[in-house]
Amino acid sequence: MDPITEGVIRAINLIVTGDREVFAITALSLYISISSTLLSCIWSIPISAALALRSFPGKRTVKGLFNALIGIPTVALGLYMYLLLSRSGPLGYFQFLYTPNGIIIGQCILVTPIIVSFSTSALESVDPDLRTLAKTLGASGFQIEAVVLREAFWGVTLAIIAAFNRAFAELGVAMMLGGNIRNLTRVLTTAIALETAKGEIALSIALSFILLGIVMSLSIAINLARRPS
Amino acid sequence: MMSTIEASGLSKRYESSQALDQVNFRATSRQVTSIVGVNGSGKTTLLRILAGLDLPSEGKVLVDTREVGPDELRAHCTMVFQKSVMFSGTVYDSVAYGLRVSRAADGGIREKVTSALALVNLDGFEKRKARKLSSGEQQRVALARALALERQVLLVDEPTANLDPANAMIIERAIKESAISRVVLLSTHNLPQARRLSDRVIHLYRGRVVEEAESSLFFTNPHDERTRLFIDGELQF
Repeated sequence: MDPITEGVIRAINLIVTGDREVFAITALSLYISISSTLLSCIWSIPISAALALRSFPGKRTVKGLFNALIGIPTVALGLYMYLLLSRSGPLGYFQFLYTPNGIIIGQCILVTPIIVSFSTSALESVDPDLRTLAKTLGASGFQIEAVVLREAFWGVTLAIIAAFNRAFAELGVAMMLGGNIRNLTRVLTTAIALETAKGEIALSIALSFILLGIVMSLSIAINLARRPS
Repeated sequence: MMSTIEASGLSKRYESSQALDQVNFRATSRQVTSIVGVNGSGKTTLLRILAGLDLPSEGKVLVDTREVGPDELRAHCTMVFQKSVMFSGTVYDSVAYGLRVSRAADGGIREKVTSALALVNLDGFEKRKARKLSSGEQQRVALARALALERQVLLVDEPTANLDPANAMIIERAIKESAISRVVLLSTHNLPQARRLSDRVIHLYRGRVVEEAESSLFFTNPHDERTRLFIDGELQF
Protein backbone atom coordinates (compact mmCIF):
# COMPACT_ATOMS: atom_id res chain seq x y z
CA MET A 1 0.00 0.00 0.00
CA ASP A 2 1.41 3.40 -0.91
CA PRO A 3 1.97 5.88 1.93
CA ILE A 4 -0.83 8.21 0.84
CA THR A 5 -3.50 5.49 0.74
CA GLU A 6 -2.23 4.15 4.05
CA GLY A 7 -2.33 7.67 5.41
CA VAL A 8 -5.92 8.18 4.27
CA ILE A 9 -7.04 4.92 5.92
CA ARG A 10 -5.26 5.81 9.16
CA ALA A 11 -6.70 9.28 9.02
CA ILE A 12 -10.26 7.97 8.74
CA ASN A 13 -9.54 5.60 11.61
CA LEU A 14 -8.21 8.41 13.82
CA ILE A 15 -11.26 10.56 13.13
CA VAL A 16 -13.83 7.75 13.50
CA THR A 17 -12.33 6.46 16.76
CA GLY A 18 -12.23 9.98 18.18
CA ASP A 19 -8.50 10.24 18.82
CA ARG A 20 -8.05 12.40 21.90
CA GLU A 21 -5.05 14.39 20.66
CA VAL A 22 -6.56 15.07 17.24
CA PHE A 23 -9.74 16.36 18.83
CA ALA A 24 -7.84 18.46 21.40
CA ILE A 25 -5.84 20.11 18.64
CA THR A 26 -9.03 20.75 16.62
CA ALA A 27 -10.82 22.24 19.64
CA LEU A 28 -7.92 24.60 20.37
CA SER A 29 -7.74 25.66 16.72
CA LEU A 30 -11.44 26.45 16.71
CA TYR A 31 -11.23 28.34 20.00
CA ILE A 32 -8.34 30.50 18.80
CA SER A 33 -9.73 31.25 15.34
CA ILE A 34 -13.29 31.93 16.50
CA SER A 35 -11.99 34.21 19.29
CA SER A 36 -9.72 36.19 16.99
CA THR A 37 -12.42 36.55 14.31
CA LEU A 38 -15.12 37.68 16.75
CA LEU A 39 -12.76 40.04 18.58
CA SER A 40 -11.66 41.73 15.38
CA CYS A 41 -15.31 42.16 14.35
CA ILE A 42 -15.69 44.52 17.32
CA TRP A 43 -13.55 47.16 15.62
CA SER A 44 -13.53 46.02 12.00
CA ILE A 45 -17.27 46.38 11.35
CA PRO A 46 -17.51 49.93 12.75
CA ILE A 47 -14.40 50.84 10.72
CA SER A 48 -16.10 49.38 7.61
CA ALA A 49 -19.27 51.35 8.31
CA ALA A 50 -17.24 54.55 8.65
CA LEU A 51 -15.33 53.85 5.44
CA ALA A 52 -18.46 52.97 3.48
CA LEU A 53 -20.92 55.52 4.80
CA ARG A 54 -18.96 58.56 5.98
CA SER A 55 -16.79 61.08 4.20
CA PHE A 56 -13.52 62.19 5.74
CA PRO A 57 -10.09 63.30 4.53
CA GLY A 58 -7.77 60.42 3.70
CA LYS A 59 -10.58 57.90 3.32
CA ARG A 60 -9.20 56.51 0.05
CA THR A 61 -5.75 56.10 1.57
CA VAL A 62 -7.14 54.23 4.58
CA LYS A 63 -9.16 51.94 2.28
CA GLY A 64 -6.11 51.34 0.12
CA LEU A 65 -4.05 50.50 3.18
CA PHE A 66 -6.54 47.90 4.42
CA ASN A 67 -6.78 46.41 0.92
CA ALA A 68 -2.98 46.16 0.73
CA LEU A 69 -2.78 44.48 4.13
CA ILE A 70 -5.10 41.63 3.08
CA GLY A 71 -2.18 39.79 1.56
CA ILE A 72 0.33 40.35 4.37
CA PRO A 73 2.55 37.26 4.72
CA THR A 74 1.70 35.52 7.95
CA VAL A 75 5.36 34.79 8.68
CA ALA A 76 6.23 38.48 8.42
CA LEU A 77 3.31 39.43 10.67
CA GLY A 78 4.31 36.64 13.05
CA LEU A 79 7.85 38.01 13.21
CA TYR A 80 6.75 41.59 13.95
CA MET A 81 4.31 40.39 16.58
CA TYR A 82 7.03 38.17 18.04
CA LEU A 83 9.26 41.23 18.46
CA LEU A 84 6.41 43.09 20.15
CA LEU A 85 5.38 40.27 22.46
CA SER A 86 8.79 38.80 23.30
CA ARG A 87 10.10 39.30 26.82
CA SER A 88 12.29 42.24 25.77
CA GLY A 89 9.61 43.72 23.47
CA PRO A 90 7.29 46.63 24.31
CA LEU A 91 4.41 44.25 25.16
CA GLY A 92 6.60 41.59 26.83
CA TYR A 93 5.21 42.50 30.24
CA PHE A 94 1.91 40.78 29.39
CA GLN A 95 3.66 37.43 28.74
CA PHE A 96 1.47 36.56 25.77
CA LEU A 97 4.24 34.90 23.77
CA TYR A 98 3.78 31.11 23.39
CA THR A 99 0.23 31.25 24.73
CA PRO A 100 -3.12 30.84 22.93
CA ASN A 101 -3.78 34.53 23.70
CA GLY A 102 -0.63 35.46 21.81
CA ILE A 103 -1.90 33.62 18.71
CA ILE A 104 -5.32 35.26 19.12
CA ILE A 105 -3.74 38.75 19.16
CA GLY A 106 -1.69 37.97 16.04
CA GLN A 107 -4.66 36.52 14.19
CA CYS A 108 -6.81 39.52 15.14
CA ILE A 109 -4.34 41.74 13.32
CA LEU A 110 -4.14 39.28 10.44
CA VAL A 111 -7.91 39.15 9.81
CA THR A 112 -8.79 42.80 10.47
CA PRO A 113 -7.95 43.94 6.91
CA ILE A 114 -10.03 41.08 5.48
CA ILE A 115 -13.14 41.99 7.47
CA VAL A 116 -12.68 45.72 6.90
CA SER A 117 -12.09 45.49 3.13
CA PHE A 118 -14.75 42.91 2.32
CA SER A 119 -17.36 44.46 4.64
CA THR A 120 -16.69 47.92 3.22
CA SER A 121 -17.29 46.57 -0.29
CA ALA A 122 -20.49 44.85 0.86
CA LEU A 123 -21.76 48.04 2.52
CA GLU A 124 -20.85 50.18 -0.48
CA SER A 125 -22.72 47.83 -2.81
CA VAL A 126 -26.04 48.54 -1.05
CA ASP A 127 -28.21 50.72 -3.30
CA PRO A 128 -27.64 54.34 -2.15
CA ASP A 129 -31.30 55.05 -2.89
CA LEU A 130 -32.18 52.88 0.12
CA ARG A 131 -30.46 55.42 2.35
CA THR A 132 -32.44 58.25 0.77
CA LEU A 133 -35.61 56.23 1.15
CA ALA A 134 -34.94 55.51 4.84
CA LYS A 135 -34.31 59.23 5.33
CA THR A 136 -37.65 60.21 3.80
CA LEU A 137 -39.36 57.64 6.02
CA GLY A 138 -37.99 59.42 9.09
CA ALA A 139 -34.93 57.32 9.94
CA SER A 140 -32.14 58.94 11.97
CA GLY A 141 -28.49 58.74 10.88
CA PHE A 142 -27.94 55.70 13.11
CA GLN A 143 -31.10 54.01 11.81
CA ILE A 144 -30.01 54.62 8.21
CA GLU A 145 -26.67 52.95 8.96
CA ALA A 146 -28.56 50.05 10.54
CA VAL A 147 -30.59 49.67 7.32
CA VAL A 148 -27.41 49.54 5.24
CA LEU A 149 -25.86 46.99 7.60
CA ARG A 150 -28.99 44.85 7.44
CA GLU A 151 -29.06 45.00 3.64
CA ALA A 152 -25.37 44.04 3.53
CA PHE A 153 -25.84 41.26 6.10
CA TRP A 154 -24.76 38.41 3.83
CA GLY A 155 -21.83 40.34 2.41
CA VAL A 156 -20.59 41.13 5.92
CA THR A 157 -21.19 37.51 6.98
CA LEU A 158 -19.08 36.29 4.07
CA ALA A 159 -16.33 38.72 5.10
CA ILE A 160 -16.39 37.24 8.61
CA ILE A 161 -16.31 33.68 7.24
CA ALA A 162 -13.37 34.57 4.97
CA ALA A 163 -11.59 36.02 8.00
CA PHE A 164 -12.26 32.89 10.07
CA ASN A 165 -10.99 30.67 7.25
CA ARG A 166 -7.82 32.75 6.99
CA ALA A 167 -7.21 32.55 10.75
CA PHE A 168 -8.05 28.84 10.91
CA ALA A 169 -5.77 27.91 8.01
CA GLU A 170 -2.76 30.17 8.66
CA LEU A 171 0.54 28.79 9.88
CA GLY A 172 3.04 31.65 10.32
CA VAL A 173 1.40 33.53 13.20
CA ALA A 174 0.47 30.33 15.06
CA MET A 175 3.99 28.96 14.71
CA MET A 176 5.88 32.11 15.67
CA LEU A 177 3.63 33.34 18.47
CA GLY A 178 2.43 29.94 19.73
CA GLY A 179 5.59 27.93 19.34
CA ASN A 180 3.65 24.71 18.57
CA ILE A 181 3.79 23.52 22.18
CA ARG A 182 2.01 20.20 22.69
CA ASN A 183 -1.20 20.45 24.74
CA LEU A 184 -0.81 24.24 24.97
CA THR A 185 -0.49 26.03 21.62
CA ARG A 186 -0.48 23.25 19.05
CA VAL A 187 -3.15 23.95 16.45
CA LEU A 188 -4.11 22.08 13.27
CA THR A 189 -1.73 23.88 10.92
CA THR A 190 1.32 23.72 13.19
CA ALA A 191 0.57 20.07 13.96
CA ILE A 192 0.32 19.24 10.23
CA ALA A 193 3.69 20.93 9.60
CA LEU A 194 5.31 19.09 12.49
CA GLU A 195 3.87 15.64 11.73
CA THR A 196 4.77 15.95 8.04
CA ALA A 197 8.35 16.88 8.99
CA LYS A 198 8.43 13.81 11.28
CA GLY A 199 7.14 11.59 8.46
CA GLU A 200 3.83 10.94 10.25
CA ILE A 201 1.84 11.30 7.02
CA ALA A 202 -1.29 9.58 8.37
CA LEU A 203 -1.71 12.01 11.23
CA SER A 204 -0.97 14.92 8.92
CA ILE A 205 -3.62 13.75 6.48
CA ALA A 206 -6.13 13.23 9.30
CA LEU A 207 -5.53 16.76 10.55
CA SER A 208 -5.70 18.20 7.05
CA PHE A 209 -9.04 16.42 6.48
CA ILE A 210 -10.41 18.06 9.60
CA LEU A 211 -9.02 21.44 8.55
CA LEU A 212 -10.51 21.21 5.08
CA GLY A 213 -13.74 19.67 6.37
CA ILE A 214 -14.41 22.53 8.79
CA VAL A 215 -13.53 25.26 6.27
CA MET A 216 -15.67 23.70 3.52
CA SER A 217 -18.60 22.77 5.78
CA LEU A 218 -18.80 26.33 7.03
CA SER A 219 -18.83 27.78 3.52
CA ILE A 220 -21.45 25.24 2.36
CA ALA A 221 -23.60 25.93 5.45
CA ILE A 222 -23.48 29.69 4.79
CA ASN A 223 -24.44 29.19 1.15
CA LEU A 224 -27.36 26.96 2.14
CA ALA A 225 -28.56 29.40 4.80
CA ARG A 226 -28.42 32.31 2.37
CA ARG A 227 -31.84 32.99 0.95
CA PRO A 228 -32.62 35.48 -1.79
CA SER A 229 -34.21 38.59 -0.29
CA MET B 1 -57.89 71.57 9.19
CA MET B 2 -56.31 72.84 5.97
CA SER B 3 -52.59 72.18 5.52
CA THR B 4 -50.28 74.07 3.19
CA ILE B 5 -46.77 73.85 1.85
CA GLU B 6 -45.20 76.88 0.28
CA ALA B 7 -42.04 77.53 -1.69
CA SER B 8 -40.75 81.06 -1.29
CA GLY B 9 -37.98 82.22 -3.62
CA LEU B 10 -36.46 78.74 -3.91
CA SER B 11 -33.32 78.55 -6.02
CA LYS B 12 -30.88 75.73 -6.51
CA ARG B 13 -27.57 76.23 -8.24
CA TYR B 14 -25.13 73.53 -9.19
CA GLU B 15 -21.60 74.25 -10.37
CA SER B 16 -22.53 74.57 -14.01
CA SER B 17 -26.29 75.01 -13.99
CA GLN B 18 -29.24 76.66 -12.32
CA ALA B 19 -31.75 73.90 -11.51
CA LEU B 20 -34.30 76.19 -9.82
CA ASP B 21 -34.64 79.93 -10.10
CA GLN B 22 -36.85 81.88 -7.67
CA VAL B 23 -39.64 79.31 -7.47
CA ASN B 24 -42.74 80.48 -5.61
CA PHE B 25 -45.99 78.58 -5.16
CA ARG B 26 -48.40 77.35 -2.55
CA ALA B 27 -50.13 73.97 -2.41
CA THR B 28 -52.98 73.11 -0.07
CA SER B 29 -54.56 69.93 1.23
CA ARG B 30 -57.66 68.41 -0.42
CA GLN B 31 -56.08 69.19 -3.77
CA VAL B 32 -53.66 67.45 -6.07
CA THR B 33 -51.13 69.96 -7.32
CA SER B 34 -49.16 68.78 -10.32
CA ILE B 35 -45.77 70.09 -11.26
CA VAL B 36 -45.31 69.55 -14.96
CA GLY B 37 -42.44 70.24 -17.27
CA VAL B 38 -40.08 68.66 -19.73
CA ASN B 39 -37.21 66.45 -18.51
CA GLY B 40 -34.59 68.53 -16.73
CA SER B 41 -36.96 71.38 -15.90
CA GLY B 42 -36.24 71.03 -12.16
CA LYS B 43 -39.26 69.01 -10.98
CA THR B 44 -37.31 66.36 -9.07
CA THR B 45 -34.92 68.95 -7.59
CA LEU B 46 -37.89 70.90 -6.31
CA LEU B 47 -39.49 67.82 -4.76
CA ARG B 48 -36.21 66.77 -3.11
CA ILE B 49 -35.88 70.20 -1.49
CA LEU B 50 -39.48 70.05 -0.28
CA ALA B 51 -38.82 66.56 1.10
CA GLY B 52 -35.87 67.86 3.11
CA LEU B 53 -33.39 65.75 1.15
CA ASP B 54 -31.51 68.64 -0.48
CA LEU B 55 -30.85 72.19 0.63
CA PRO B 56 -31.85 75.13 -1.53
CA SER B 57 -29.17 77.65 -2.49
CA GLU B 58 -31.67 80.39 -1.70
CA GLY B 59 -35.22 80.75 -0.43
CA LYS B 60 -37.30 78.94 2.13
CA VAL B 61 -40.05 76.36 2.55
CA LEU B 62 -43.06 77.04 4.74
CA VAL B 63 -45.45 74.47 6.15
CA ASP B 64 -48.69 75.93 7.43
CA THR B 65 -47.14 79.40 6.94
CA ARG B 66 -44.19 78.59 9.23
CA GLU B 67 -40.64 78.35 7.86
CA VAL B 68 -39.17 74.89 8.40
CA GLY B 69 -35.70 73.42 7.91
CA PRO B 70 -34.85 70.09 6.27
CA ASP B 71 -35.07 67.98 9.46
CA GLU B 72 -38.52 69.27 10.27
CA LEU B 73 -39.56 68.99 6.62
CA ARG B 74 -38.83 65.27 6.76
CA ALA B 75 -41.25 65.02 9.67
CA HIS B 76 -43.99 66.74 7.65
CA CYS B 77 -43.38 65.27 4.20
CA THR B 78 -42.80 61.91 2.62
CA MET B 79 -41.80 61.15 -0.93
CA VAL B 80 -42.46 58.43 -3.50
CA PHE B 81 -39.68 58.17 -6.06
CA GLN B 82 -39.84 57.40 -9.75
CA LYS B 83 -37.71 54.32 -9.23
CA SER B 84 -39.23 52.28 -6.43
CA VAL B 85 -36.69 50.91 -3.97
CA MET B 86 -37.58 48.00 -1.72
CA PHE B 87 -35.96 46.92 1.52
CA SER B 88 -35.13 43.24 1.72
CA GLY B 89 -37.84 41.29 3.52
CA THR B 90 -41.59 41.20 3.26
CA VAL B 91 -44.05 43.78 1.96
CA TYR B 92 -45.25 44.20 5.55
CA ASP B 93 -41.73 45.02 6.78
CA SER B 94 -41.23 47.48 3.95
CA VAL B 95 -44.48 49.36 4.61
CA ALA B 96 -44.05 49.21 8.40
CA TYR B 97 -40.47 50.54 8.34
CA GLY B 98 -41.33 54.23 8.62
CA LEU B 99 -43.86 53.55 11.37
CA ARG B 100 -41.32 51.51 13.30
CA VAL B 101 -38.61 54.16 13.16
CA SER B 102 -41.16 56.75 14.30
CA ARG B 103 -41.94 54.38 17.18
CA ALA B 104 -45.63 53.91 16.51
CA ALA B 105 -47.38 51.39 18.78
CA ASP B 106 -47.33 47.81 17.43
CA GLY B 107 -51.11 47.46 17.10
CA GLY B 108 -51.31 50.77 15.24
CA ILE B 109 -48.61 49.66 12.81
CA ARG B 110 -50.51 46.54 11.74
CA GLU B 111 -53.70 48.50 11.24
CA LYS B 112 -52.01 51.27 9.25
CA VAL B 113 -50.06 48.84 7.06
CA THR B 114 -53.21 46.86 6.27
CA SER B 115 -55.24 49.93 5.33
CA ALA B 116 -52.39 51.46 3.29
CA LEU B 117 -52.00 48.22 1.32
CA ALA B 118 -55.76 48.10 0.77
CA LEU B 119 -55.60 51.61 -0.74
CA VAL B 120 -53.30 50.33 -3.47
CA ASN B 121 -55.15 47.01 -3.98
CA LEU B 122 -52.46 44.91 -2.35
CA ASP B 123 -54.58 43.27 0.34
CA GLY B 124 -53.06 39.99 1.39
CA PHE B 125 -49.59 40.83 0.06
CA GLU B 126 -48.13 41.36 3.55
CA LYS B 127 -46.04 38.19 3.63
CA ARG B 128 -44.76 38.37 0.05
CA LYS B 129 -41.10 39.25 -0.55
CA ALA B 130 -41.10 42.90 -1.65
CA ARG B 131 -38.28 42.48 -4.17
CA LYS B 132 -40.03 39.56 -5.84
CA LEU B 133 -42.99 41.71 -6.88
CA SER B 134 -43.40 43.17 -10.35
CA SER B 135 -42.27 46.79 -10.87
CA GLY B 136 -45.89 47.96 -10.85
CA GLU B 137 -46.60 46.17 -7.58
CA GLN B 138 -43.38 47.54 -6.09
CA GLN B 139 -44.42 51.07 -6.98
CA ARG B 140 -47.77 50.42 -5.28
CA VAL B 141 -45.91 49.19 -2.17
CA ALA B 142 -43.82 52.37 -2.29
CA LEU B 143 -46.98 54.47 -2.35
CA ALA B 144 -48.54 52.42 0.48
CA ARG B 145 -45.34 52.89 2.50
CA ALA B 146 -45.63 56.66 2.12
CA LEU B 147 -49.38 56.72 2.83
CA ALA B 148 -49.03 54.59 5.97
CA LEU B 149 -47.02 57.39 7.58
CA GLU B 150 -49.99 59.76 7.33
CA ARG B 151 -47.74 62.78 6.84
CA GLN B 152 -49.20 66.19 6.02
CA VAL B 153 -47.53 66.35 2.62
CA LEU B 154 -47.13 63.60 0.02
CA LEU B 155 -44.59 64.25 -2.73
CA VAL B 156 -44.85 61.92 -5.70
CA ASP B 157 -42.21 61.94 -8.43
CA GLU B 158 -43.26 60.44 -11.78
CA PRO B 159 -45.05 57.56 -10.04
CA THR B 160 -46.31 55.74 -13.12
CA ALA B 161 -43.38 56.14 -15.50
CA ASN B 162 -42.94 52.82 -17.35
CA LEU B 163 -45.94 51.18 -15.65
CA ASP B 164 -48.76 49.35 -17.41
CA PRO B 165 -52.21 51.03 -17.49
CA ALA B 166 -53.71 48.75 -14.81
CA ASN B 167 -51.02 49.58 -12.23
CA ALA B 168 -51.04 53.24 -13.25
CA MET B 169 -54.80 53.42 -12.70
CA ILE B 170 -54.54 51.95 -9.18
CA ILE B 171 -51.79 54.41 -8.29
CA GLU B 172 -53.70 57.37 -9.68
CA ARG B 173 -56.82 56.41 -7.74
CA ALA B 174 -54.83 56.06 -4.50
CA ILE B 175 -53.16 59.45 -5.06
CA LYS B 176 -56.53 61.10 -5.64
CA GLU B 177 -58.01 59.49 -2.52
CA SER B 178 -55.03 60.40 -0.39
CA ALA B 179 -55.45 64.08 -1.25
CA ILE B 180 -58.61 64.18 0.88
CA SER B 181 -56.50 64.46 4.02
CA ARG B 182 -53.17 65.87 2.89
CA VAL B 183 -51.27 68.08 0.47
CA VAL B 184 -50.33 66.11 -2.62
CA LEU B 185 -47.66 67.37 -4.98
CA LEU B 186 -47.27 65.28 -8.09
CA SER B 187 -44.37 65.71 -10.45
CA THR B 188 -45.07 64.41 -13.94
CA HIS B 189 -44.44 65.00 -17.59
CA ASN B 190 -47.46 62.84 -18.40
CA LEU B 191 -49.99 65.51 -19.33
CA PRO B 192 -53.07 63.25 -19.60
CA GLN B 193 -52.28 62.05 -16.09
CA ALA B 194 -51.87 65.60 -14.80
CA ARG B 195 -55.19 66.47 -16.41
CA ARG B 196 -56.96 63.48 -14.81
CA LEU B 197 -55.57 64.00 -11.33
CA SER B 198 -54.84 67.66 -10.76
CA ASP B 199 -56.80 70.44 -9.22
CA ARG B 200 -53.96 72.90 -9.81
CA VAL B 201 -51.04 72.71 -12.24
CA ILE B 202 -47.66 74.40 -12.05
CA HIS B 203 -45.50 74.52 -15.18
CA LEU B 204 -41.76 74.54 -14.53
CA TYR B 205 -39.52 75.55 -17.41
CA ARG B 206 -35.77 75.78 -16.98
CA GLY B 207 -36.19 75.95 -13.22
CA ARG B 208 -38.79 78.73 -13.27
CA VAL B 209 -42.53 78.68 -12.68
CA VAL B 210 -43.88 79.99 -15.97
CA GLU B 211 -47.54 79.27 -15.29
CA GLU B 212 -49.70 78.24 -12.35
CA ALA B 213 -53.44 77.77 -12.74
CA GLU B 214 -56.53 75.69 -12.02
CA SER B 215 -56.26 72.47 -13.98
CA SER B 216 -59.17 73.22 -16.33
CA LEU B 217 -57.80 76.66 -17.20
CA PHE B 218 -54.24 75.41 -17.52
CA PHE B 219 -55.14 72.90 -20.19
CA THR B 220 -57.81 74.86 -22.04
CA ASN B 221 -56.57 78.41 -21.83
CA PRO B 222 -52.87 78.67 -21.02
CA HIS B 223 -51.53 82.20 -20.73
CA ASP B 224 -47.86 81.50 -21.30
CA GLU B 225 -46.64 80.68 -24.77
CA ARG B 226 -44.24 78.04 -23.41
CA THR B 227 -47.12 76.32 -21.61
CA ARG B 228 -49.15 76.28 -24.80
CA LEU B 229 -46.22 74.75 -26.68
CA PHE B 230 -45.67 72.21 -23.88
CA ILE B 231 -49.30 71.12 -23.95
CA ASP B 232 -49.11 70.78 -27.72
CA GLY B 233 -45.94 68.75 -27.41
CA GLU B 234 -43.87 71.31 -29.29
CA LEU B 235 -41.75 72.74 -26.49
CA GLN B 236 -38.03 72.09 -26.87
CA PHE B 237 -35.76 72.14 -23.84
